[in-house]
Amino acid sequence: MTLNPYIQAFDDGREPALETLGGKGASLVSMTAAGMPVPPGFVVTTSSFDAFVREAGIAEHIHSLLEGLDADDVAEVDRVSAAIREDLCRRPVPEAARQAVVEAYAGLMEACGGEVPVAVRSSATAEDLPDASFAGQQDTYLWLNGREAVTEHIRKCWASLYTSRAIIYRLKNSIPNEGLSMAVVVQKMVNARVAGVAITMNPANGDRSKLTIDASWGVGEMVVSGQVTPDNILLDKITLQVVSEHVGDKHAELVPDPATQSLVEREVPAERAGVRCLTDTELTAVAQMAKRAEKHYKCPQDIEWALDADLPDGENLLLLQSRPETVHSNGKGTAGQAPAAPAAPAAPGGFDLSSITSSLTGAGK
Amino acid sequence: MTAKKSFPKPSELPVPAGAEGWEKIYPYYLVFQDKLKDAEDAKFWFCDSQHWPTVFKPFETIGGEFAVKCLGQYNARHLMIPNANGIEFRVHLGYLYMSPIPVPEDQIAARVPEFQARVSHYFQNWDTLLEQWKTKVRGTIDEMETLEFKPLPDMVPMDDIVSGTAKDGSEVLLENYDRLIQLAYQNWQYHFEFLNLGYIAYLDFFNFCKEVFPDIPDQSIATMVQGVDMELFRPDDELKALATLAVELGLQSHFATVPVNGADAEATLASIGAAAGGQTWLDRWAEAQDPWFNFTVGNGFYGHDKYWNEHLDIPLGYIADYIRRLDEGQTIMRPTEELIAEKDRIVEEYRELLDGDQLAAFDAKRQLAATAYPYVENHNFYIEHWTMGVFWRKVRELSRTLHGYGFWEHENDLLYLNRNEVRDALFDLVTGWGVGAPTGPIGPVYWPEVIAERKAIVDALKTARPAPALNTPPASITEPFTRMLWGITTEQVESWLGAGEEGTEGVLKGMAASPGVVEGVARVIMDSDDLAQIQQDEILVAPVTAPSWGPVFGKIKATVTDIGGMMSHAAIVCREYALPAVTGTGSASTSIVTGQRLRVDGTKGTVTILDGPNAAPQVTGPGAHSHQHPHTAPEAEDAGEPAHV
Repeated sequence: MTLNPYIQAFDDGREPALETLGGKGASLVSMTAAGMPVPPGFVVTTSSFDAFVREAGIAEHIHSLLEGLDADDVAEVDRVSAAIREDLCRRPVPEAARQAVVEAYAGLMEACGGEVPVAVRSSATAEDLPDASFAGQQDTYLWLNGREAVTEHIRKCWASLYTSRAIIYRLKNSIPNEGLSMAVVVQKMVNARVAGVAITMNPANGDRSKLTIDASWGVGEMVVSGQVTPDNILLDKITLQVVSEHVGDKHAELVPDPATQSLVEREVPAERAGVRCLTDTELTAVAQMAKRAEKHYKCPQDIEWALDADLPDGENLLLLQSRPETVHSNGKGTAGQAPAAPAAPAAPGGFDLSSITSSLTGAGK
Repeated sequence: MTAKKSFPKPSELPVPAGAEGWEKIYPYYLVFQDKLKDAEDAKFWFCDSQHWPTVFKPFETIGGEFAVKCLGQYNARHLMIPNANGIEFRVHLGYLYMSPIPVPEDQIAARVPEFQARVSHYFQNWDTLLEQWKTKVRGTIDEMETLEFKPLPDMVPMDDIVSGTAKDGSEVLLENYDRLIQLAYQNWQYHFEFLNLGYIAYLDFFNFCKEVFPDIPDQSIATMVQGVDMELFRPDDELKALATLAVELGLQSHFATVPVNGADAEATLASIGAAAGGQTWLDRWAEAQDPWFNFTVGNGFYGHDKYWNEHLDIPLGYIADYIRRLDEGQTIMRPTEELIAEKDRIVEEYRELLDGDQLAAFDAKRQLAATAYPYVENHNFYIEHWTMGVFWRKVRELSRTLHGYGFWEHENDLLYLNRNEVRDALFDLVTGWGVGAPTGPIGPVYWPEVIAERKAIVDALKTARPAPALNTPPASITEPFTRMLWGITTEQVESWLGAGEEGTEGVLKGMAASPGVVEGVARVIMDSDDLAQIQQDEILVAPVTAPSWGPVFGKIKATVTDIGGMMSHAAIVCREYALPAVTGTGSASTSIVTGQRLRVDGTKGTVTILDGPNAAPQVTGPGAHSHQHPHTAPEAEDAGEPAHV
């Protein structure tokens, strides 16, 4: 694979460099590398933006417009902002950078088995740094279809660097405009066939040797919000053996409707509602992914996941979110508590006769 | 589950036609007594068809008697297990039923110090005592090998006249018979010297794991203490080594015509001997035999069990099959390194969840269990295979000798006498011979008729499968050995009681004994003689398996048994071979027929019949098969199929 400086696919193996990918892009690349497959996509790197502003002559124009600008002169800031964003949305993108996006997009669509909607999100190089959060970070465009829409919204993300709010924020915080850049994430919209959550412990008792999975048909929101009774499966976290399972009713599902670019709720037919929505293989895959997230973040995780209807088997399990499990993680669970019985003196030879004895006298029952 | 509360009483089980009067073929103390009916009906008895899947011939009760008696003595008299005495046992309609004996509540405390002193002595001196055990057991076997049962001479040799021996030699026959029985008894006592301890150490770790990791699968615990390289697997490994050597030496063609279990051993060995490099192979072959061919395709408890060293066609057939697989590019060695790596991973990941005192306790208990537990499997080679192989060979020798005197029609008919009747027959022989009676001993006119009657009874008894249990079970089954060794749990008993009443058709529920899910074609094996029928990638379905079936485990995709717990041989061997296994289904061998497609889920403990009679209804959806309810298949007892002939 020739690695293009303007584009970095999530899974192309390059380092998740914050300065070229921005915070969001770097995070998606590092999660993919850690075996936590986020919805597939690519990052339009800061090199692409840099080449654009340099080669299209935008850089000097921006510099001159911002020179001596007064942060309190709102009307003037608005005028400058509009002029810069106009530049960013109109001027031609250098051919090499443009071609890189075109190819990356085509490759992504091919991997998804045809043209599917994508999301385009800005990925600022400083936005996730704790002390420099600034406006413009939330630019996210969903349900985009086709190359034109995608390139148009990449420009919109670029342009979001120069909203009035962003300009004022930088002026007031003395953040220089030199070196300012923006990466953009292009990512497949999740088309969840089955989705749910997984917690890397037994939330009922805090037992960290278990892993719990809730799963239902369609998008996971109905599971999260408790609108359906999902399948609930408790697995041994070490061997992934099913300890117990309860098949939920799963009477309804939310599915994406690309036409209206929204989710629609529909009844689940009885023959699907009453059966477990994950195969054994899928169940194992979800559990393994949750384990990887726990290992990656070094504490019990609560993840959201989905099986994407557009992607081929084996590549269709997606991690949507992973966050620390907070209910039990602070206190110690079962594994970690002191034994209920006072610690007995170990007999010579390293074994504890009292527990053997108690198990054979009924005292341990 | 809406289910019956009780199993049938012994007296409620129908006696199969032709088996009337069956009680008389067994000793009085082995059958339920009318005068004890109330007391015996008040107890719960479960059938041990794991070890005794087929009807006892009268002599064969010796294995059941010695084994269960000696198991009990270690609980009740040696180790003073606080809450468990031994196990009472009876033969009913030809099958062995057991009833564990609890210790009365008020006696438990007094046993504790004795128990602790005895158990800690063993655990602290495990290695030396175990070494001593091997020496004792070998001594018994060696002595047993020296016993002879030769016909008596026409006259006392002159040398004995000269030396003033003043005995006619018949006393040797009598003594050797008594000695044979005593030596068998001796090794059965030794058998349990470490076995109960192995289980105690395992149970301690088991209970600890269940406490710190609630609901931890039994399988995980077993995996963490099980040895990967065990003596019990050595015979099979020897065959694999011999197959590999044959390929290295280019001797494959000499095995090409050996059909599994049908080889003319002598001709094959002769042709190998004549080939270049053949002698190297024959030397290795001879070396492997002692002791590793003291190995039975049965389980050591029946007179008809075949041993490799007496039926060289059996190991040769397995070797031929291994050679075929090697030539096809298959790997025949067990995935030992992967198994060790996986075991280490499992141990490490559980350890990571613990710290401080808990981690220390986990390590200590696991270490003790891992030290003690391999005995639980390895002893099997020394007693069931080696000792009993020699024992049955000697019994057959004696039977042939008596047959030579016309005591019975067929060479091995001695098995239709109980062991005390054999003493009578021997005294009958030495008397008839000693006095020079013109018509010889009385036996030849007495036994053939009795044996014919008994054969008819045994055959009639074989037409019925045993009841899984008798009488009313206790509310919960807590006795540790019963749960572990036999898999007799409260849930298991409930499942038996509910059999055929409710559940999902075509789905059998058993123990999740070895993980994994596969689909394949069933091969039902009711008799070890039929093992050769198994084809590559079939699923083995049997009432019970023997560890010596090792060579077929490399060929099959999964195992399903009627009887057995997490620690049954099938479970252990399947984990060793990384094959899915579901054990203790109760009725797989009678509800599945060869050729049916099955889905065996060794992780959940379910077997789904996918086509043909008793098949599960078709359910669509990706996880359709995954939520069946616990159930034992219906129509289990209707076949009346003899299990084992």
